[in-house]
Amino acid sequence: MSMTYVDAIREAQDHLLRDDPRVFLYGQDISHFGGAFKATKGLSEAYPGRVLDSPISEDAMIGMAVGAAIEGMRPIVEMQFADFSSVGFNQIVNQAGTHFYRTGVPVPITVRLPSGGTPGSGPFHSQSMEAIYSHYPGVVVVTPATVSDAYHMLIQSVSVDDPVIYCEHKFLYRWLKSPGINGDGLPLGAARITRPGKHATIVTYSAMVHEAVRAADRLQQESGWEIEVVDLRTVKPLDMDTVLASVARTGRLLALGEAFPWGGVTAEVVSRVSDEGFHLLDAPPKRFNSRDTPVPYHPDLWAAHRPTPETICLAMKELLSY
Amino acid sequence: MLEARHLEAKLASLYKAGKIVGGVYLGKGQEALSASLGACLEWGRDIFAPLIRDQGGRTAFGEPILDCTRTYLGSAAGPMRGRDGNIHRGRPTEGLLAMISHLGTSVSVVSGMLLARRLQGTLDGVVGATSIGDGGTSTGSFHEGLNAAAVERLPLVVAVANNQFAYSTPTDRQFACADLLDRAAGYGVEGREVDGTDFLECVRTMAGAVQRARQGGGPQMVVARLLRLSGHGEHDDASYVPEDVRAGRFGRDCMEVAHQQMIESGYADEAEIAGWRSEIVDRVQEALATATREHGPNPWDERWEARATNLLTVVD
Repeated sequence: MSMTYVDAIREAQDHLLRDDPRVFLYGQDISHFGGAFKATKGLSEAYPGRVLDSPISEDAMIGMAVGAAIEGMRPIVEMQFADFSSVGFNQIVNQAGTHFYRTGVPVPITVRLPSGGTPGSGPFHSQSMEAIYSHYPGVVVVTPATVSDAYHMLIQSVSVDDPVIYCEHKFLYRWLKSPGINGDGLPLGAARITRPGKHATIVTYSAMVHEAVRAADRLQQESGWEIEVVDLRTVKPLDMDTVLASVARTGRLLALGEAFPWGGVTAEVVSRVSDEGFHLLDAPPKRFNSRDTPVPYHPDLWAAHRPTPETICLAMKELLSY
Repeated sequence: MLEARHLEAKLASLYKAGKIVGGVYLGKGQEALSASLGACLEWGRDIFAPLIRDQGGRTAFGEPILDCTRTYLGSAAGPMRGRDGNIHRGRPTEGLLAMISHLGTSVSVVSGMLLARRLQGTLDGVVGATSIGDGGTSTGSFHEGLNAAAVERLPLVVAVANNQFAYSTPTDRQFACADLLDRAAGYGVEGREVDGTDFLECVRTMAGAVQRARQGGGPQMVVARLLRLSGHGEHDDASYVPEDVRAGRFGRDCMEVAHQQMIESGYADEAEIAGWRSEIVDRVQEALATATREHGPNPWDERWEARATNLLTVVD
């Protein structure tokens, strides 16, 4: 039986609700309707009173979750789209993110952000918010790229005593399928070598892992290049051990992401590798992100706004020819 | 009330003497409202999220006086261990939240604590309360929080101190509704108005609101008209408050009103009140002396870690 990425998210929540009485779900349209992406389908019937529809009030949704977490609950908040979490930004970074440091009392909330672009979604239903939240202390930010990671990392996120921003990629929801849930037992905070190689490293996360693997396959078929792809899995904190070990093997780095290009995860990776692993590099490290415009609506514009296997190959050829 | 007024007067003196780093924010003129709320709540059962002018409410609720002096004076033994200061203190696991500076955000956090108790089956008879000012009611967070609490019909009490100025901004630049009570009606919340300078009226009104919430009446809002009798903080001389406002009905000192009401109603006589004052002077002196003697936090010993978890150990 095949399982999609969004099925895995639903299954993880089912598992959590079944096994942990502290868990409840709070979000817009998530109860009987099952959520905008059906990630909570059937859960309100299976767990009456524990899957609660919220008003369209992202600030209050996070505030409610923080309060519940202080009282010992493990709330999962579903933002309808990552883009709308900007309205709850203050409660995430200033209320949840500071609470443990200030008071010693942890705030174990998990905020699910349906993230990233899909064709036709436009500027306000396509954003990647992981860098914004990673900037702030006290918050964990995870970006699963596989069906199994979507499942295991959601369960791990809820077990963590800190606020976790769980960025789930909408493009992967139904496109990404797996025969079932398996796992390599990696903890949160550990990156994974998705595809081994020796000539260059692509460090990436979320849906871009799949684009990077496609580009790497193409480069291998066309020119025999062996490209290593590192899936960060967790972007805050960064697993620099895995990243530096890969760069030590290959000597070349491309940091790849779907988010806007100013700052962000790819900038952090390049900056840290330059700082901690300058001696490992045979070429200047490169970054490749989306363009510095809002995410466009039209599928043709959208496809040219984000990195694609074709444009990743171009960036890699530049890196490899240095 | 007496303790709050005396304690805050001492804090103001210490601030002016350069002994307190950061701000000092007084509840002068708002003690009747704040203490009435705190007195209606039970430590260990209820929840209270005080704001900037709630020393009266904190004391009445049961916050140890040392929490205040240690946090203001930066003692490492205080609940915030030097990581936060002044009015940003609390004991969240004991039902006393530590406010952040972003106004209105406590409304939903208290609501979430109440929601948790409902889910845990321990909500019966519990009340959660929070305070806000006229300016704070303009924030999106306040509106979102109050609406969400009303949707869930939670036992929440919101005390609004309409002290006529948000820092320096008068109410006619803050809201255009005739009365802040209109906001309660807009969310299906029961609202009551009170003269915040009238101690006995504050006690009666707040006791009613807390009781209605406790008995399942849903969120309650109490709007008190009063005047802040100090600056926004001790750095502020409040020269923007016109003389006629100071001399007006709400410019009177709730402490003097309370004193008179206690005597007239026979709750206490002058000798008793003098006795309370003298006990309070000693208690405040001792709390300040203790905090002053204690060490501040040592940056070399500080665990510079904002997360509670070491992630690499998290596997399922």
